[in-house]
Amino acid sequence: MSTPVVIAENLTRHYDVKGGLFSKGGTVRAVSETSFKLEPGKTLAVVGESGCGKSTLARLITMIEEPTSGTFSIGGQNVTPETWASHRADVQIVFQDPYGSLNPRQRIGSILEEPLKINRPDMPAADREAKARDMLKLVGLRPEHFDRYPHMFSGGQRQRIAVARALMLEPKVLVLDEPVSALDLSIQSQILNLLVDLQERLGLAYLFISHDLSVVKHMADDIIVMYLGRPVEVGPKAEIFAKPRHPYTKALLSATPMADPKAKKTRIKLEGELPSPLNVPAGCAFAPRCWKVKDKCRAERPVLGDEVHPAACFFPEA
Amino acid sequence: MPLLDIRNLSVDFATASGQFRAVDGVDVNVDTGDILAIVGESGSGKSVSMLAMMGLLPWTATITADVMSFGGQDLRGLTPRQRRKIIGKDMAMIFQEPMSSLNPCFTAGFQIKEALRLHLGLDAKERHAKAIELFEMVGIPAPEDRLKAFPHQLSGGMNQRVMIAMAIACSPKLLIADEPTTALDVTIQAQILDLLTGLQRETGMALILITHDMGVVAETAERVQVQYAGQKVEEQPVGDLFETPHHPYTAALLAALPERATSRKLPTIPGVVPGQFDRPMGCLFSPRCQFADDRCRNTPPAPCGPELGLARCHYPLNAKAEATA
Repeated sequence: MSTPVVIAENLTRHYDVKGGLFSKGGTVRAVSETSFKLEPGKTLAVVGESGCGKSTLARLITMIEEPTSGTFSIGGQNVTPETWASHRADVQIVFQDPYGSLNPRQRIGSILEEPLKINRPDMPAADREAKARDMLKLVGLRPEHFDRYPHMFSGGQRQRIAVARALMLEPKVLVLDEPVSALDLSIQSQILNLLVDLQERLGLAYLFISHDLSVVKHMADDIIVMYLGRPVEVGPKAEIFAKPRHPYTKALLSATPMADPKAKKTRIKLEGELPSPLNVPAGCAFAPRCWKVKDKCRAERPVLGDEVHPAACFFPEA
Repeated sequence: MPLLDIRNLSVDFATASGQFRAVDGVDVNVDTGDILAIVGESGSGKSVSMLAMMGLLPWTATITADVMSFGGQDLRGLTPRQRRKIIGKDMAMIFQEPMSSLNPCFTAGFQIKEALRLHLGLDAKERHAKAIELFEMVGIPAPEDRLKAFPHQLSGGMNQRVMIAMAIACSPKLLIADEPTTALDVTIQAQILDLLTGLQRETGMALILITHDMGVVAETAERVQVQYAGQKVEEQPVGDLFETPHHPYTAALLAALPERATSRKLPTIPGVVPGQFDRPMGCLFSPRCQFADDRCRNTPPAPCGPELGLARCHYPLNAKAEATA
């Protein structure tokens, strides 16, 4: 087991919402007390439905936002807003929508060179260009693409450009926020292969955020399942898929459609929807939708233990 | 006689850079009680062919078809007024984005009652009762209150239920669901898909499900038609399609599913879907097909027989078993 490159402890991010004319103010508990370790060359997947805080977690790790409480360290050094600037190069992000994340007025070359211009101001222009051209090759684009604009590329190619840009500063950690969910199936596999390939070559650690369990099953080493801002189950991929312990994980797995018409499975039908993060239930957040809820669940919040495969549930599956 | 019969439907768009053919000779056949899935990537013309039938395309579109009939009525020569009599009543459609397909200025109740007023001519009291009944049918809790809610006060899943309630308000013979669950979470998706198939079973209507998600297809559809770059490349019952795909595109698409992966590297389909300017001469899939030869590149293939899933291919896959059988 290698030394983790990112260690996060009890990361929490709450937003205060001001009351408006018709509404009361409150606190949105986007992420609460989330801890994890990320190792080089490994992929940690964060899964959950919209509003579960997975993207907020990505924004905390990429230092786009400051945690309300909790700490995390990169490469053994504690990260605080004062030291953000020196750590930013280590963590880079690829966003979901490759159409929205590239500046339409910049050529690909200058998109790729920009991180270097900002973070390595003393690098000669010729070196910068050479590096950008190498990167283009690494992500499977052709040299003539260097002078083109983003609109001349398809979605898959743009996502390659976004990956290339993220890799320009030689980060240790790549945060992938739904990197393939905007892409067609035939393109999705190309990008997933590229990510696998880059991880093997560069020893990157991936924080892979996705709601698509079939993609997660293919990519991840370890998985965090989140529900309403809190991790409810953490464990190695094989165990989570084979023996889910938290009822929510079980329901999520059973709700995911499988591309096999013969597979007859019993689908757990969840009633209702995710509660609002403005108004988190007192006990277990999943209690209102859970089929094995007991009085204890509504009153007390179960905590996530520190076993190998913990689940935040009073009555976990065997 | 099938409920919906479309033969050789083509849709051309007049664009600034010339004509663009979005749908190219597509046949669609649906009978009462069928669940047909139309699968394809973006740009495969799956939505456009249905919109063309509903008459919802802009004026830049030219629609041609040999046959386009619904319940025995020819849809081609209809005036907009005649068409509106059918649409929303016998034929209804649900769209991908429930949030943007409802009018934000009116309550959910007003919008569902509008359909009841126009098509069924019920009075206010009957409309109210029917609206509540419909909301209950699609599983909206506290329907009386939800009738007064505006779309922004409801979640995505609830809005999609409102859309479904509106679509089934007049007991349509055919319901077209265009990516009904793409914008929703998986647990909500499961609820909506169960609801749609349940309604289909109860009412016996025909359901056309447009999607790109092979998992959704496998779990809900009975028959699948695969579209690529505006053409129908294959049509089979769902079990056979997943087991013995005949068109190389279908086979490659299935192989690219992460859940079917056998190694860390996924099989890929190189290249991209052809656009307006790089449409190949022969088979549209030939530039990306691993089996393509000169014949594929020069001559567009005609669809094979039904025993080969109507595959539009010169060299359909998995053909041997049928030949010997």
